[in-house]
Amino acid sequence: MIYLIRWLVRKRRRPTDPIEPPAAVSVETLAAAPRRDGAAARTPSHFVSAERVGVPRATQGAPALSVHNLGKRFGDRTAFQDVSFEIGYGEVFGFLGPNGAGKTTTVRTLGTLIAPTSGSATVAGIPLTPENGVEIRRRISIMPESPGLYLRLSVSENLACFADLYEVPDTGDRIDRALRAVHLADRARDACGTLSKGLRQRVALARALLSDPQVLFLDEPTSGLDPVAARDVHDLIDDLRRRGVTIFLTTHRLEEAERLCDRVAILNTTLRTIGRPSELRDRLFARTLEVKTLVPLTDPDCVFAGLSAVDGWHHDRPAGYVLDVADPAVAAPAATRALVAAGADVLSISESHHSLEDVYLELVNQDQEASRG
Amino acid sequence: MSVSKRRVRGIFRKELREYRHNGNIIVAMVIFPLIFLIQPLLTVLTEAASASNGLAHEHVLLYMLAIPALVPAALASYSVVGERQQGTLEPVLATPIRREEFLLGKALAAFVPSLAISYAVLAFFIACVELFAHPGIAPALLQGPDLLAQVLFTPLLAAWSIWVGIAISARSSDPRVAGQLCLLASLPSVAVTTLIALNLIPATLGLALGGAALLLVLDGLGWRITSAAFDRERLITGTR
Repeated sequence: MIYLIRWLVRKRRRPTDPIEPPAAVSVETLAAAPRRDGAAARTPSHFVSAERVGVPRATQGAPALSVHNLGKRFGDRTAFQDVSFEIGYGEVFGFLGPNGAGKTTTVRTLGTLIAPTSGSATVAGIPLTPENGVEIRRRISIMPESPGLYLRLSVSENLACFADLYEVPDTGDRIDRALRAVHLADRARDACGTLSKGLRQRVALARALLSDPQVLFLDEPTSGLDPVAARDVHDLIDDLRRRGVTIFLTTHRLEEAERLCDRVAILNTTLRTIGRPSELRDRLFARTLEVKTLVPLTDPDCVFAGLSAVDGWHHDRPAGYVLDVADPAVAAPAATRALVAAGADVLSISESHHSLEDVYLELVNQDQEASRG
Repeated sequence: MSVSKRRVRGIFRKELREYRHNGNIIVAMVIFPLIFLIQPLLTVLTEAASASNGLAHEHVLLYMLAIPALVPAALASYSVVGERQQGTLEPVLATPIRREEFLLGKALAAFVPSLAISYAVLAFFIACVELFAHPGIAPALLQGPDLLAQVLFTPLLAAWSIWVGIAISARSSDPRVAGQLCLLASLPSVAVTTLIALNLIPATLGLALGGAALLLVLDGLGWRITSAAFDRERLITGTR
């Protein structure tokens, strides 16, 4: 009787956790979301407003991740240092860098698996300290590069274990929804050891979604996947973004980062650059026009030097020219008119496009040259 | 610090499911009890009734205390290093689980089957002696103090083996090395119980109480030492 009274009193008094905001996204809505199969259905990358996706009021305006001069050393070896950035709720943030650059160590540090040796951070609104480890890990999910599944157990047994570890309510229901979200509902009873690498990766993703995380760390989520499976993962990331989940995406696939990420950072022990992919291109490469003619111009200097919109030019190939310009929209018509006036047979005039890969390679090359020098 | 029963239960259940699916673990759990059951059973069943006087001064039953010393060691030795080798440790440690919860779950998953096996083997041995041994052997062999010691020391020895096993497992990088070290670490307990069974160490009430108190202290210390040995960062990165 006494126990019953105590239980009733405790139940009545039980407060709502003041620092535990509601989850930003539920796998229920995720599973219910229509699967997009074509590029036309894809939404452009943009920040999702906190209000719309139900991000808690306390966290509105505050960054999902805030990192200040963070660093980690293992004895004499520096894994990464002086890393600073902020990521908003609902942002997909790409973290790029060569092997050994410190990407995974950064993820582990922000995921409270290892302690930083310098700097500070807040993760999902909570300061990164050893005492806050449990509270932070409640609000985030980490999907490591290796799925790390119990291969002898079935898919649903794997997820049931993690549902207990995250203390999620309605375990069976939540597992079903997470599996539907990654299109694996029909494989729930299969042993993980019998699944292909791509399917294991999807189970790991379902596991990461179980707790409805506010911040999701994905370490090489499409590593080893075929193009169709990789596209499914991309679609899922898009869906999560639209529902306000902050995604910290570590990847080697630059086209993946370019397609999915609102902003990217390139790490090579220190943070080399950060920004939107288009900003990085503009920052690193001068804007240029590529001109191709049928036959080489007799006096190209005479044609291009007189154009005010063209800052300079050089040969690309015998009948190809690269013009340095400030504004391609102004320079292209002017150059066309000048070429026609000079009697040139113009094959094409186009703006040079630098990919994120060009940016990445340029920065990594700079680092390699600096280390040689 | 509050321990979440659900998270402890999550690890415990997962371990039991893994045992069920892993034939090697079942074999490891069964092989030691068989070794320590068959030899005394054969001895006792082939004894003539006249040997009961001699048996009354021995403690053959205590041989079987080797089972709770060895079985959990085999299970605990794999508990952390095995997860590390499979690559499953990082996803588990990335959840809100505290190290104490993780260790309790692992310890319980080794403790419960070990206890069940030890008591089952003891019950089987007693039943065989009562049913098939010559008359007079059973009363000489199955003495109240010995049975009581068997019942009480089984959990104490199992707990000690488990904490030592998990501590070794948390500091090892190879499951085979961890297994061998755990068996080595169990040998002192097996040696002491064997010497008592052979009457080389006289079994007295004082010795029993002292031994129980010592094991209780060691079990408490083992829990603390194992918690301290469990370094999340070292386990993930392999450094420190």
